[in-house]
Amino acid sequence: MPVIKNAVCSLCGCLCDDITVTVDEENKITKIENACILGHSKFQGMFEHERIETPMIRKAGKLVSVSYEEALETAAKILVNSKRTLSYGWCSTSCEAISKAIQLAEETGSLIDSTANVCHGPSALAAQEKGSPGATLGEIKNRADLIIFWGCNPVHAHPRHLSRYSSFSKGFFVPRGRKERKMLVIDVRKTDTAKLADKYVEIEQGADLLLITALRSIINGHEEVIPEKVAGVSKEELLELAKLMKEAKFLCVFFGMGVTQSRSKYKNGDGVASLISDLNQHTKAVMIGMRGHYNVTGFGQVATWETGFPMAIDFAKGYPYYNPGETGANDVLVREEVDAAIIAAADPGAHFPQKALRQLAKIPLIQIDPYANPTTELADVVFPTAVVGIEAEGSAYRMDAISIRMKKLIETKFKTDEEIAKDLIEKVRELKRG
Amino acid sequence: MSEILIKNASVCDPFQGIDCEKMDLCIRNGKIVESVSSKAKVIDAKGRLTLAGGFDGHTHSAGKINVGRFMNPNDARRNPVPGLSGKVARTEKTRAQVGYNTPNTYAIGYRYAKLGYTTICEAAMPPLSARHTHEEFKEIPILDKMGLTLLGSNWQVMEYIRDKEPEKLAAYVAWALKASRGYGIKIVNPGGGEAWGWGRNVSGLYDPVPNFEVTPAEILIELGKANEKLNLPHSVHVHCNNLGHPGNYETTLETMKLFEKIKPSQERQSLHVTHVQFNAYAGTSWRDFETGAPMVSDYINQAKHLTFDMGQLIFGPAVTMTADGPVEYANSRMLHEKWSNQDVELEDASGVVPLSYSPKSFVNAVQWAIGLELALLVKDPWKVMFTTDSPNGGSFVNYPEVVTYLMSAKKREEVYSGFSELALGKMVLPEIDRELSFSELAVMTRAIQSKMYGRPEKGKLTIGADADIAIYELVPEKIDPSVEHEKVKQAFSATAYTFKDGKLVVKEGNIEASPMGKTYWVNADVPERVDSAMQKDLELKFKKYYTVSKSNYMVEDEYLPNPVEITTKGDF
Amino acid sequence: MTLNANLISGRTAQQGANLEAKTSRAYFDACAYCELNSKDLEQLDVAEGDCLKVKTEFGEIVVFAKANNGNPQGLAFIPMGPWANAVLSPETHGCGMPGLKGVPAKIKRTKEKPLDMKSLMRSYREA
Repeated sequence: MPVIKNAVCSLCGCLCDDITVTVDEENKITKIENACILGHSKFQGMFEHERIETPMIRKAGKLVSVSYEEALETAAKILVNSKRTLSYGWCSTSCEAISKAIQLAEETGSLIDSTANVCHGPSALAAQEKGSPGATLGEIKNRADLIIFWGCNPVHAHPRHLSRYSSFSKGFFVPRGRKERKMLVIDVRKTDTAKLADKYVEIEQGADLLLITALRSIINGHEEVIPEKVAGVSKEELLELAKLMKEAKFLCVFFGMGVTQSRSKYKNGDGVASLISDLNQHTKAVMIGMRGHYNVTGFGQVATWETGFPMAIDFAKGYPYYNPGETGANDVLVREEVDAAIIAAADPGAHFPQKALRQLAKIPLIQIDPYANPTTELADVVFPTAVVGIEAEGSAYRMDAISIRMKKLIETKFKTDEEIAKDLIEKVRELKRG
Repeated sequence: MSEILIKNASVCDPFQGIDCEKMDLCIRNGKIVESVSSKAKVIDAKGRLTLAGGFDGHTHSAGKINVGRFMNPNDARRNPVPGLSGKVARTEKTRAQVGYNTPNTYAIGYRYAKLGYTTICEAAMPPLSARHTHEEFKEIPILDKMGLTLLGSNWQVMEYIRDKEPEKLAAYVAWALKASRGYGIKIVNPGGGEAWGWGRNVSGLYDPVPNFEVTPAEILIELGKANEKLNLPHSVHVHCNNLGHPGNYETTLETMKLFEKIKPSQERQSLHVTHVQFNAYAGTSWRDFETGAPMVSDYINQAKHLTFDMGQLIFGPAVTMTADGPVEYANSRMLHEKWSNQDVELEDASGVVPLSYSPKSFVNAVQWAIGLELALLVKDPWKVMFTTDSPNGGSFVNYPEVVTYLMSAKKREEVYSGFSELALGKMVLPEIDRELSFSELAVMTRAIQSKMYGRPEKGKLTIGADADIAIYELVPEKIDPSVEHEKVKQAFSATAYTFKDGKLVVKEGNIEASPMGKTYWVNADVPERVDSAMQKDLELKFKKYYTVSKSNYMVEDEYLPNPVEITTKGDF
Repeated sequence: MTLNANLISGRTAQQGANLEAKTSRAYFDACAYCELNSKDLEQLDVAEGDCLKVKTEFGEIVVFAKANNGNPQGLAFIPMGPWANAVLSPETHGCGMPGLKGVPAKIKRTKEKPLDMKSLMRSYREA
């Protein structure tokens, strides 16, 4: 029974690469070591979840099995006949597949966007305002004595983060790990992560930007302008927080949806980046976004080097055009501007608000996914695909922009996202020529 | 068996001492050959200037540049150099293009090829993020590529130097090159990358790196020795300490002097110093800042062991991107610009800051002059590599503009006549009337690289060389570059023909084909006993300090679709 | 009695563990609930396992009630997923990101039961 070491987990942005996987003679994974609850569901779950077994087309309201060729032809026809297609997702897949998806979008004049649209898209906008002052995760492990989790809940969303990369990890300059580190959580409610913190600061909902601005004022030597209470936090506590940050030797702010999705959206990230820049006048400070999907960072990287932009790219004019707020997936769906959609390696059916879903339900929708999910309920053409990181190999980028190659652990009968995207490109070209 | 006969080419090949002589070139199967059959396709060069394909030996074009693209979406639509910048819709033969300073990968390949360049060297890749560089390389069409591996603030390197283990140091360097599929050793602000891990910097060659008990001088010398011990094709490639600081020319001279005693293992320099413009400043502050180029050129003129590249400034927007983390943070605070940073665990730092150079700023005016002073005051062109440290000094698409600065004193005067009295008083450029010939230009843009990087099949048009050829739309004997610099600029902005491995890739400025170029990397052989001793130390690093496992660290074959492995054998 | 709350959505470990099993009962259990501070539940006269109707400007949804005293009073949390998204804001404020955290909601007890995932999605097809 082959035991594969250092397999890469393809679920969350931690991209842990120390997973040990045992494969039996029937090509099944029977044992997994080192994975968290999310990783277990990824590796073991694939033999338990509702897998899409064959290509399908919706006929008279029901999805029926068809041949791959029929599904391919139908999907390609949708793309060719559409005036404005939205290509969305491509985050639970490899960089190689993403590259093909971008090529397909370019050739069909489509819009292509990633799950960052509902996740760290605002962090990209913030970086485009102020930059992204970051570091690789090992820098935190080896140096950080103050770790701040702002608007994120790694105990639930990135379960091994604390032990592998942050609070509980041991590093070269922090050999005693948690004992030598301070952990601060800033959130609107006391999460399970907050319960582990040395200090938990509860802020009023939607008031992150106020808190950031107050902290910056203090750090830049203007505490006299701070009122008695900001964002629900007393001035005394604010002064303490600023002191804690300035006196750290190395601090890292890990931030998540509390920063990107709440009121002020990308201006929060802008504020945090500004705070980090100000803090570097006094000490060493960096920030890292807690990326959700294991390869949403990879989409951003590939899209940026291939098109100049990380997301929300519109190829209608033949060259990449970027304007989140106008060209984001939710933007175009809510404006009812697209007449077809191709969704792969993500699940807007589960994660988009109702108004966007009403539009998705109206238009022809092509889905490429290993598993049946809410998007399948809206889909008109469905392609099953190999699970990347288990049945297919390829690159993924960790939340700190480090690229790791995911392994192929078992054999599969399914095509990969990359192959399907390639086939679609060929079919579209064929139809356009004919 | 594809054969091409280029007739009536006005060839300039410094290696053969051929200076704008009319001759024929024969190509078969991607190489330059003695003769071809009558079946060969004939191209009439009509007396136009014909050079070996250009070789950009120091450009930031894959890896860190992605941070630049990401944080500056505004760059995508910029079009200050029509035909070589801005947004271009996809065509049958080409992918969509965007950008000016930070173009997308397809644009990089097409635009370099349009300029007649066929090989590029990515200036810096930390081993942990080398895979990323190779992923971008895969999407850069046409060009041959190589990357330099950052090692100057690396924990394993510094520990071996501190513990006086030169053999294990060499073994580690060999392993790091293999892991990153790198071509050579890059050193940036030696030791400073580690200091920046704490928000600090090193102040000079003898300022010890915090917690590691080694000095930048020791890092430089020991890596220099390791480089020669491994018989690497290129020398160490160094970005000096104190970049950007008034008075830093002294650090530059000190660095250069350190290498006088290092004996190169090949017929080349023992030291390459990069973008010296940024390191040739005199004065003590920005107030009394002035050119340090005369002092630096004086030294280089009598030195026999080094090469350098210019790092020429281009006025207008630029994007600075470097492993010199402290410099970038300082830039962002001073210029009130957005700032990105990426420190890489155990390895190095980096920063990216967009900015703009203006002729109205006396500092920028003097910086602009310094790059040219260095190129023109150094007498021997075989010591001078032509670069803008793209996009730090400015984008590579401005190379034709820089050509006119070097070939025409009149053109230079046009530019500096707009400078303030204050600026003019701090430079020596107006006193220089030297104008480079096509032959000297050819040395600086293709021939020197062949020697510097140990790539004998590049940079020349001898029998056996790669058929990487650029034919420019100008006839040397019919043009006076000193006066007709606009025509020269136009000609260098888009080739009449660019051939890559004997395949036509550019015709009249249009992309004809985009074959996949080669990736060169170096595999230095180290004796088993030294390697296994080194591996033990390395395994500990992976076990305790890295956040990626050792087995997932090394760049896999899948990332090099067209590899050329250069093997060397170390002297142990 | 109606509670005025500010609604947020977010990840949970159980929701994440069922990302690839969204047609399962486990996913339904992991996502079709609303967490409130127990004092808020008391005010609504609701026990854990009873159902709540959550209504916002954008829609209404029925979910199970759960207690979480980490929530300050007036803060409602529904795990990210189809139930939360039935009532969250599609408005992106010109930056692309919809309003997935911080939507004013009116919450009250209901005898209705939550729709299963497929029924909920069907309602979009039939709209």
